Amino acid sequence: MIALRGIRHRFGAQLVLDDLDLDLDEGRVTALTGPNGSGKTTLSRFLLGLSVPDTGEVRGMDGRRRAAVFQENRLCEQLSAVGNVRLVLPRSTPSSAVAADLRRAGLDDPELAKPVRDLSGGQRRRVAIVRAVLAEADLLVLDEPFTGLDALGKVQVMAWVRDRCAGQTTLLITHDLAEARWFGARVVTLARL
Amino acid sequence: MTSTSAAESTATLARGAVRPLAVVVFWVVVWQVSALVVGHEVLLASPGSVVVRLSELSLTADFWGTVWTSFVRIAGGFAAASVLGTLGATLAASSRVVDALVTPALAAVRSAPVVSFIILVLIWVSSDQLALVISFLMVLPIIYTNVLEGIRHRDRALLEVADVFQVPRLRRLPAVDLPAVLPFFTAACRIGVGLAWKSGIAAEVIGLAEGSIGERLYEAKILLSSADLFAWTAVIIAVSFAVEKLLVAALRHVERRLA
Repeated sequence: MIALRGIRHRFGAQLVLDDLDLDLDEGRVTALTGPNGSGKTTLSRFLLGLSVPDTGEVRGMDGRRRAAVFQENRLCEQLSAVGNVRLVLPRSTPSSAVAADLRRAGLDDPELAKPVRDLSGGQRRRVAIVRAVLAEADLLVLDEPFTGLDALGKVQVMAWVRDRCAGQTTLLITHDLAEARWFGARVVTLARL
Repeated sequence: MTSTSAAESTATLARGAVRPLAVVVFWVVVWQVSALVVGHEVLLASPGSVVVRLSELSLTADFWGTVWTSFVRIAGGFAAASVLGTLGATLAASSRVVDALVTPALAAVRSAPVVSFIILVLIWVSSDQLALVISFLMVLPIIYTNVLEGIRHRDRALLEVADVFQVPRLRRLPAVDLPAVLPFFTAACRIGVGLAWKSGIAAEVIGLAEGSIGERLYEAKILLSSADLFAWTAVIIAVSFAVEKLLVAALRHVERRLA
């Protein structure tokens, strides 16, 4: 069980999280909602090992692999879509398998070989999502993953993510409760302090 | 492309080629006029006599041997500084102690007069090795500072991605590290090549390194041969310029491949 216990954190004088406990159900999606500034992304950074809370602890993550879709795409601009995804996969992963999944997420063949800096915002977002979903991970963090996708593309990508992530422990950060319901997630709402 | 825009492109290219040539011609004319005004080859050799002297020198095996000797020593110093400067910067980027110890020391080396180092190093090494050591010492702080700056300018967001996904260091290097650091390294090389030649030749002149360009410059001074002085200076400029262009072109090629 991945769990956060007694998390308290401030940014300067601003208290963001105060004595927060959170359990992530193994093999299920937990959706984290709440207004801007309520500490959702901060919490995900603790789980990803990128920040340490002022007090409290993260349990159950020792030696476990993480993957994430960040709020920003965070892609290597000079690499192709396939190159960005392969970077986080074992070397033995064939490009053709990665390309097939990128196609399923809505990228066309000509877009697969281009440097991602030449792709549209929506296509770049798809690459970031595919990278996280294909990575071998024990915890997947999706921080507002479908932002920037058009309505049709969003449905297509959400369906692909739901299929691929079935049975994976996932933290979905979202403002959209419909997204949380689509993933059959347990919803946890943070309040702004 | 329309014929008008093609003609405009050709005209732009022609202007681009003609302008540097016109600048060179202008300064050669200024030089020639100055030589005529001075009226004494010992004080200021004319462009014509320098070209003649250069032609004479280039026909001898000794000339090429001399250029090669200086080139090997100075390029050796530059290469050693590139390798150690990069390694030092990599260490300093990951260790505050190394950064705190090395950065001020190299800042001092960069600020100190090159002559002080030449005299000091001459006590320790033979004049044959002096140019290598001096060009190494002069280039090292430049490579170190620029590479360290490049490492510090890496995209933090991408570094976090690499950490989260546990991307091995060898795979991060071409994807995340090199694209950020290489432009800084290239800039350092541009400055470093010229500096290596200037300081290396100064070391050869002071140390009277046998069979070096510096020794030829010293002889030119003793013999009051302005034409020789100018001819060897032209050789230094040409070789330094060629090395810089070749090195930068090679690095740009690597940058393009990574991009």
